[in-house]
Amino acid sequence: MKSNTFGWILLAPTIVVLFFFGVLPFLYVVYVSFHQWNPFAANPYMIYNGAGNFRQIVFDGAFLASLGVTVAFVFFAVLTEVIVGYLLAQAFMSDFPGKAFFRTIHTLPLIIAPIIVGSIWKLMTTPSIGIIPHLLQSSVGFDLNIGQSAAAAFIITIIMDVWHWTPLVTLTLIAALVSLPPDPFEQAQIDGAGKWQIFWHITLPMIAPAVMATVFIRLMDALRIVDEVLMLTGGGPGSATRYIGVHIFREVFPRTNYGYGSAISVVVLYLTIVACWLLYTGMLAPRKPRKS
Amino acid sequence: MKKKTPWPYVFFWVLISFLTLFPIYWLFVISVTPSFELFSTPSVILQHVDWQNYTEVIGNPTLRGYMMNSLLISSGNAILTTTFGFFACYALSRFNLSGKESIFFWTITNRMAPPAVFLLPLFLLLTKVYRIEGFTLLDTRIGMILVYCTFNLPFAIWTLRPTVDGIPKELDEAAFVDGASPWKVITEVVFPLCRPGLAVTLILTWVFAWNEYLLAATLTNFNARTLTTGLSEYVTTTGTAWGIMAAISIFTLIPALIVFSVVQRHIVAGLTFGAVKG
Repeated sequence: MKSNTFGWILLAPTIVVLFFFGVLPFLYVVYVSFHQWNPFAANPYMIYNGAGNFRQIVFDGAFLASLGVTVAFVFFAVLTEVIVGYLLAQAFMSDFPGKAFFRTIHTLPLIIAPIIVGSIWKLMTTPSIGIIPHLLQSSVGFDLNIGQSAAAAFIITIIMDVWHWTPLVTLTLIAALVSLPPDPFEQAQIDGAGKWQIFWHITLPMIAPAVMATVFIRLMDALRIVDEVLMLTGGGPGSATRYIGVHIFREVFPRTNYGYGSAISVVVLYLTIVACWLLYTGMLAPRKPRKS
Repeated sequence: MKKKTPWPYVFFWVLISFLTLFPIYWLFVISVTPSFELFSTPSVILQHVDWQNYTEVIGNPTLRGYMMNSLLISSGNAILTTTFGFFACYALSRFNLSGKESIFFWTITNRMAPPAVFLLPLFLLLTKVYRIEGFTLLDTRIGMILVYCTFNLPFAIWTLRPTVDGIPKELDEAAFVDGASPWKVITEVVFPLCRPGLAVTLILTWVFAWNEYLLAATLTNFNARTLTTGLSEYVTTTGTAWGIMAAISIFTLIPALIVFSVVQRHIVAGLTFGAVKG
């Protein structure tokens, strides 16, 4: 019959491509991170530096500040998306005319390129051409300027992310809500449970796995946001929206300090893995004993 | 449950749809507003439509080149990843390879890492290591096609696996008994049956490659620059060509919207790696 050799031949292109463009870059960045290397310096060669780069990171104020705003951004954006997404999913649960049509429209932002999302919101919020600052100015006299106000820029990036990704949360939660069995709800209604009680004691525990999966996917994506923010604010004003990906793009590349840049990449990768692992075990594991 | 009147819901969703669509509409408004009118009072209603920005984008040879690059890179990448992904899925599904489930999981780890982390190593590898006598992969279309495989190939494998697994093994075996070569079984028995799944994978990988910005911005200078990177070139410190920027955005948006209407149902399943069926 058929031999396994043919199977390996079929798998070979995938393994080769992913090795050269996925694994090797990773190993290379780890290797470079232990060196001092600036190709445009007086000494353009790699100099072994031990853990020096990593020691530098711990005291790097710009990097730590970037880490801080990233965590704040991810927290507020994902929290808003899950709450709004749940409410919208719940609003889709009853029948009304044009349901499929509205659902399609609501899904639209998902497929738009992140960089285009950034440019759309730039056009919406830039003073003098944007409609949002104009409306705020003429209606309540509030002067919105994302080029000057750090808080405004931070909030607009969150609104942009919510606009872009809430549909994903909505659709995944619709899928979860549709698959729920009707019996517990009918039983609870017969027993005279209130809406809030039903939500808290029946709906939430039953859709918890789906919510967790969605939160997980959103967290991973929100942690690595770059394109939109790069386009909208460029990380500014100051460093108010300099999220970690933007920081690497803006700070590490132009400086051509490859050793230090690699070290930052390694640290960010490590932190992402740890964060995901902690979330995974912290949120999913405690639920298991209760389920059995 | 008691029957409610549906009209409040309709009203609610009209409102939500308005919020969803308005930013896209505003992009269109800016793109058709003549530049001298741009800085007068912003108005929601279009006064007159001026297609000048669009003719300027189409008439610009540099931007036409970028558009061509985008088209070639995303098409090349979609075909490459779907083909490789299909082969890999067939191997994972039909052969008893040692550690194949580990390989399957390993592929997706390539997609989990933040792309910003891989900018520097990929840049260094493309310029310093992957070179044959002065020829480097930096700023070449083929280089970008290969680089995009890091996020599209795992996606293709993960979305195609259920499709290939779903084709009954008996069909292959019957063909083998009839004396067909393994290659012939793949191309003439399995491939035609997988066509719908392959089409969805092809389209979604195409969109991801088309939408990509960060890697293209760092790994290309001019020759292989894509439309998304061309967009950021119109945002400079001395001023932004708002109308042109909006017109390029519209050009980048249109293919994605066409694709969206085709594979709408599969998008959520795709974006969540099949964790949720849309």
